[in-house]
Amino acid sequence: MARHSITVNVNGAPRSAEVDSRLLLVHFIRENLVLTGTHIGCDTTHCGACTVLLDGTPVKSCTVLAVQADGRNVTTVEGLEKDGKLDPIQEGFMQEHGLQCGFCTPGMMLTSHALLERNSKPSEGEIRAAISGNLCRCTGYVNIVKAVQYAAAKS
Amino acid sequence: MIPPPFDYHAPKTLPEAIALLGQLGEEAKILSGGQSLLPLLKLRFASPGHLVDIGRIPGLDYVKEEGGFLRIGALVREAELESNPLITSKYRILTDTASVIADPIVRNLATVCGNLAHGDPANDHPATMLALGASVVLTGPSGTREVPVASFFTGIFTTALKPNEVLTEIRIPVPPAGSGGAYIKLERKVGDFATAGVAAFLVLKGGTIERAGIGLTNLGPTPIQASAAEAALVGKTPDEAAFASAGTLASSATSPNPDRRGQTDYKKEMARVLTIRALHKAAQRAGGN
Repeated sequence: MARHSITVNVNGAPRSAEVDSRLLLVHFIRENLVLTGTHIGCDTTHCGACTVLLDGTPVKSCTVLAVQADGRNVTTVEGLEKDGKLDPIQEGFMQEHGLQCGFCTPGMMLTSHALLERNSKPSEGEIRAAISGNLCRCTGYVNIVKAVQYAAAKS
Repeated sequence: MIPPPFDYHAPKTLPEAIALLGQLGEEAKILSGGQSLLPLLKLRFASPGHLVDIGRIPGLDYVKEEGGFLRIGALVREAELESNPLITSKYRILTDTASVIADPIVRNLATVCGNLAHGDPANDHPATMLALGASVVLTGPSGTREVPVASFFTGIFTTALKPNEVLTEIRIPVPPAGSGGAYIKLERKVGDFATAGVAAFLVLKGGTIERAGIGLTNLGPTPIQASAAEAALVGKTPDEAAFASAGTLASSATSPNPDRRGQTDYKKEMARVLTIRALHKAAQRAGGN
């Protein structure tokens, strides 16, 4: 089994490692880089708990190989905060109680962050459609939608 | 879940990819969006010795009308069909289809060509491409060959693609004036495979149907072209009576397996009902009633 030297720009800093072909991006993030904000939920491309941004686009990191991210930019939940200041989406989840157990929250925030980057004033329907690949089993989504609306109003 | 061991290759050009595929033979699988392949590996349904990642080959992510065809390159993502203005205005059947595949995050990586190359009868684009009379371009060591989608699917998870070929382009004839298409999928929840899915495409001329295309999803071992239903529609006025008999004919072309999504009879009935609905929607978009 071949090994590959990869360098991935994670949250703005280059991170290099030698990895197996079959190493999944989520394992690279959690185990090699010890960035455990990215969660493993279903591990079958359904739940979206492992969502990260790959060159700014939300992807399920349990269904991407680490080698596929070589030379590209990855943003995890740890990269949302800038200079000690929370991203508006993080503030929104706090202010609007957008989480209960918190397991889906990193993925929810990254997907919503990417939505607001391309559509700064999404309708409720657009928010709900955008997060339809991120499952939450606690909130019923009502406060998550409010959290995204809070961030949209703020940014 | 960790995939079984394999070697990973990332060719920079198409000829390099094809040479590698030729050298590795049946042991290699093409990795593109990976949204079907990687789950299969993780579940150990497949364990190829080599993955040839075509994702780093430049110039394969085009969507354009050229020479009378809409051309969709190998690396065009499903999400593109939901946002590209050419597609959302003129090829609404493609937007219908893309928007019910898995979920938006999966669609950011999943490719349209991969949806065909995978050969899964549960995938949604095959039905749409059958309805539209599309063909696929297969590129191998001695050049390209064009295969109609109608003869591309040879069996369950089996296609006309040879081990040393890459599906590089989908070609859809530019729809004539007075035409319209729609895709309707019945699913248990967002992101599920179809219980049944129907793609319908109609060309209307002078108040009658000049041409009809109907493709069916997950209703047999391969994607199904409902040829008898298509033929029966030609020359008819696009009304309830014509659509009702097409629905019955389309349903009898199916052979669905019973599973968690429903029994055989239920799926056949859904094929009938969805065919009628898809035809109405296609007719509406074609400017009929």
